[in-house]
Amino acid sequence: MKMAAKTTVLNLTEEEFVHPGNRACSGCGLSILYRIGVKALGRDCIFVVPPSCLTVMQGLYPIAATQMPVLNGTFASTAAIATGVKAAMRRLGRATQVVAWAGDGGTSDIGIQALSGALERGEDIIYICYDNEAYMNTGVQRSGTTPQGSLTTTTPFSGKSEVGKNLPAIIAAHNPAYLATCSASYPLDFHDKLLKAKQIKGLKYLHVQTPCPPGWGIEEHMTVALGRAAVETGLFDLYEIEDGCLQLTGPSQQLLGKACLRPVREYLEMQVRFKACSDEQAAALQAQVDQRWAGYRDKFK
Amino acid sequence: MSKAIIESGNVAAAMAVQLARAEVIAAYPITPQTPVTEKLSELITAGRMDAEYVAVESEHSAMAVCIGAASAGVRAFTATSSNGLLYMSEQLHWAAGARLPIVMCVVNRGIGAPWSVWNDHQDAISQRDAGWIQVFAKDHQEIIDMTLKAFRLAELVHIPVMVNYDGYYLSHTYMPFEPPDAARVDAFLPAYQYKHALSPERPESLNTVTLPDARLDVNGIKRGGYMDIRHNLHEEMGMAIEVWEEIDREFQGHFGRGGAPVLDPYRCDDADTVIVAMGTMANQFRVVVDRLRQDDGIRAGVLALQMYRPFPGSRIAEALQSARHVLVYEKGLSYGNQGALYADIKSALYPYPSRPQLHNFIVGLGGREIPTESLYQTTRAACTEDRMRPPAQSDAPQWIGLQL
Repeated sequence: MKMAAKTTVLNLTEEEFVHPGNRACSGCGLSILYRIGVKALGRDCIFVVPPSCLTVMQGLYPIAATQMPVLNGTFASTAAIATGVKAAMRRLGRATQVVAWAGDGGTSDIGIQALSGALERGEDIIYICYDNEAYMNTGVQRSGTTPQGSLTTTTPFSGKSEVGKNLPAIIAAHNPAYLATCSASYPLDFHDKLLKAKQIKGLKYLHVQTPCPPGWGIEEHMTVALGRAAVETGLFDLYEIEDGCLQLTGPSQQLLGKACLRPVREYLEMQVRFKACSDEQAAALQAQVDQRWAGYRDKFK
Repeated sequence: MSKAIIESGNVAAAMAVQLARAEVIAAYPITPQTPVTEKLSELITAGRMDAEYVAVESEHSAMAVCIGAASAGVRAFTATSSNGLLYMSEQLHWAAGARLPIVMCVVNRGIGAPWSVWNDHQDAISQRDAGWIQVFAKDHQEIIDMTLKAFRLAELVHIPVMVNYDGYYLSHTYMPFEPPDAARVDAFLPAYQYKHALSPERPESLNTVTLPDARLDVNGIKRGGYMDIRHNLHEEMGMAIEVWEEIDREFQGHFGRGGAPVLDPYRCDDADTVIVAMGTMANQFRVVVDRLRQDDGIRAGVLALQMYRPFPGSRIAEALQSARHVLVYEKGLSYGNQGALYADIKSALYPYPSRPQLHNFIVGLGGREIPTESLYQTTRAACTEDRMRPPAQSDAPQWIGLQL
């Protein structure tokens, strides 16, 4: 494992790569990630973006909210477009980082084939999936990563009956050069994982849980609290996988020392989207978390 | 001394890409295109071609890689056929809208269902409105020459170009052709320069969401909306015909071949019966035309259409002004209407004073054999037919060689 940098609010660069004012909703988890993430990536990078909230957040022609070069492309082909840009950078003799930045729909559903191909070829790109757990840009429809019990406009009244895809596990099965899970509520952890990803050759995949106030049914000021609750209840774990070896990181690693975690129900009850979640579903979720964490404690004790 | 070699049409295409110094090749195998990509990966692996070969997982991704590379200012190429072309359809529209000078060979094949691996033109015809320039080669020499010219055209007008050639008839047959001299190709085809190339030094956001109306940028300069951008694509595509002719003249200066970049007429000067066709069928008709003239005293000619999009409507209409009969033979159609080429030609003739008798024939779908004898018989019958057929009947396509 490479040593991670430890960025704090005191030594985080003050340079901004995003213009003030953009089209994100207030309280958007993605806008936190984008602003802090680009600080880690620096100016020598090119973004590839499929249709997503990020497309809109970046600005509408001919005005851009971002200062970065961006190639907007079709929904299903983010990782393949990034492959082409990276191939061009190699031809031009440039070390420019190519960063694909897509949502959970663009990654776990429509874009998974192109991403799987890029993973198998070991493309030298950074792929960031900001997972707000539904198709938020089109108005909150269920996606592959939408959790069980969650209300969306295509799972109304009783919530999604199926369990969401474990996308990082699917990616991990491809043996990427680097895999990390992050949370929009821990932007400096994301920042430092990006710093690390920049040093690694091959496909680096970062999966970022990204609270979405309108989609999750939370107030704008609750974004950070929600992401923290997901981590502290043990529902969303922060970890890295390098050379096939999983290590919990930062806040999740600190939870190992605790005898018990916050109950999952606390997290669920903070959000309108889980209003239809049954007691059985909540209990099953808690049991799943308990089992996974028993495994972690066993493994890392 | 002739420098001709004998090779397959697919190898001719691969040689053109090698000579053009394309730098990023992304492709997914599909019959009958496969040997093009095999040859290119062989050339690259053997160190005879300096390029990146990306073995993608689908045609959709093949075009995505080309879109990425071309947006970053690097010359890109792919090839496909049939359902592969349809699978990348979304990307075709994207590449055209983004004004990327990508060149693609389409080895024409029927599209499923039912499955067919054999030749017709429905793949290319189905994508005629994607905003790509579409040219059709008739022989191996044209494949290699046209592909080189396609790179020049694409990069001058910033519109992607599809070089079509018939599956099996050309892709898998061996014919003599002369590969252009590499040093002269370098003089003919300068390195690709793209002023909007993705670059951290000059960051631009490409293909952003664009509103219906024009809008001022941060400097107060008015920038067109979606409709204005699309209008420019249409206008500049029309202008590409003359650019293509100019490129052909340059090519002739370098290599001594060319002279018929848009329409390639054979014995049309005095013809009152003109056959219009694309691809190898136009060459097959030369024998038919000779026989009609010799045996039947019919002054026939064949007009090969080399460029289908942009459609050279006025050039075709003018070329047909002294014809009494115009017979359009095609290997694809707009289902529920007519042959797509026939409908285009009919519409091109409408504003002109002379409107010849038009006949539409559908032939060779899914590789159905096209006997030269049946081309001869149907052409002769059409020229001598009773002119009093009701309009709806004479306007309907006739299917040749059906085995119902």
